[in-house]
Amino acid sequence: MGEIAHLLRLEWWLDRRQKHAWGSMALYVVSTVYVCYQGVRHIADRPVWNALFWIILLFAAFNALGRSFQREDAGRQLYLHTLASPRNVIMARTLYNALTMAVLSLLSIAAYALFIGSNALEEAAVGPFLSTIVLGGISFAMVLTLIAALAARAGNGIGLMAVLGLPLILPLLLTLVRAGKLALDGLGWNVIGQYLGWLCAIDVLVLALAWLLFPYLWRD
Amino acid sequence: MKGWWWKLGSVALLLYVVIIGLRTPLKPALVHVSIDRIAPGEVSFEVTGYNTHFDQGPLRAELENDGQTVCAQRVEVLDAAHVRVAVNIPPGLRTPLTTLRILSRTDGPLVLHEAFYTEGLGTGITVETCGEFFDAENSMAGHSSKEGLRFPHRSILNETVRNLFFHVPMWFAMMVLMSVSFVRSLMVLRNGRLSDDRTALSAVNVSLLFATLGLITGSLWARVTWGAWWTSDAKLNGAAVTVLIYAAYLVLRGSVPDPHKRARLAAVYNIFAYALMLVFIMVLPRLTDSLHPGNGGNPAFSQYDLDDSLRTVFYPAVLGWIGLSLWVLNLTDRTAKLEASRHEAHG
Repeated sequence: MGEIAHLLRLEWWLDRRQKHAWGSMALYVVSTVYVCYQGVRHIADRPVWNALFWIILLFAAFNALGRSFQREDAGRQLYLHTLASPRNVIMARTLYNALTMAVLSLLSIAAYALFIGSNALEEAAVGPFLSTIVLGGISFAMVLTLIAALAARAGNGIGLMAVLGLPLILPLLLTLVRAGKLALDGLGWNVIGQYLGWLCAIDVLVLALAWLLFPYLWRD
Repeated sequence: MKGWWWKLGSVALLLYVVIIGLRTPLKPALVHVSIDRIAPGEVSFEVTGYNTHFDQGPLRAELENDGQTVCAQRVEVLDAAHVRVAVNIPPGLRTPLTTLRILSRTDGPLVLHEAFYTEGLGTGITVETCGEFFDAENSMAGHSSKEGLRFPHRSILNETVRNLFFHVPMWFAMMVLMSVSFVRSLMVLRNGRLSDDRTALSAVNVSLLFATLGLITGSLWARVTWGAWWTSDAKLNGAAVTVLIYAAYLVLRGSVPDPHKRARLAAVYNIFAYALMLVFIMVLPRLTDSLHPGNGGNPAFSQYDLDDSLRTVFYPAVLGWIGLSLWVLNLTDRTAKLEASRHEAHG
């Protein structure tokens, strides 16, 4: 646990040193929302509002997580390799990405509601809806972190990550779109809670798989 | 698996499936009535049957409404599949849906549930009995034993019910092959042997073939029964996602030139994808409603959809198609092995 905490702090330090990384993620979300705003102006229709939001969040996740194993040069990788166990490396990086995506998803919904309009939120169950968004962002991060590692090891970057990641994300996305729509319709915890429970179970499974499989990616 | 017995066995099973599955007739059933609304008074309508023998032996027609029976006055046989029925409907039937029954000594009792929408409802009629129709010699037990194997007649599905022996086993075979590939990928991570990686790849290739066959048979079936080649549905999305995942597996393999590294990366993706896919096809259908059989709680089809006559062909079909898919895997893998060794020999 101590090592994971150290590695988390390392990730934080690295990101602080490259402030443009955070800036670029935020800018990506805001400019995507703005492009959509130029295209459609306001959306009052709830299902469309909801679906467009999830698509924006999905691509924001790909953009944000694609760089998570790209920034390592060979030297730093060797350094991490000698100092830390691979399982701790993947755990720390997955948790860090999950936190990043949690923040990014809240930022996205704020920008989205500001530009595209918040009419769709009028009848929403706000607590369940925001929980779905945050948990959705976290789930994206869980699945895509291992995929990003895989794509980086295959030496083919973000293009391969989209090919490998999209089919795995698609069922999650469908579940999230449905849960988000139900929360917008004002359904409470008793319905949304079931979806969130399944998502948590999937996240735990993905974390376990990453813990088991990452050592095979790490060694060369 | 060594030997030839299982290959011969699966071919024999598939021959049985094709012959019995396609030749067995459907049970007789009522499929159509010429009017769909009845009201108190004299009513006459034509009934269409399927695989029926109205021209052989005596018939009786009855209407049933909320447990109360109305006997028909006249039953006029037009041909083996058509009869004209005249009924005097008394006023006061209780519920809006009325069931039609035709009793035949040759075909047994034929029922068309909810055949008519009923107008002029009341609080009930004086109950009539139409008398005994099936006597001891003509009981249903004697009747069905001389008929032999017959598949049930399901409305909408009709004759396409036979696709059950082709469409469903394709997915079973696909899942078996993907499981083979999953196990081989685990072995790659344990031992790092390239031969396991080769078999994992062959299994994915053959499973994609069976997935394609499953999609084609499913698409045809959907066109006939639902009216569209493709619908947005948890099961269909699951199938599409599965095909995409394994296509991505092939792309991943294509982008890594070093064989040992390729084996390892492909194995990691295969294990990750297989586990997630299992969760998705188990979980997602439970969260949604669907047209596809076996949804709303149960990802497989329920015992409801199968009866014993379908089972006698369905289970052999599953075994036969799985056996055939393993045979194709066996051949594909041996070809891949030969090509790999030729590649080594020529550098």
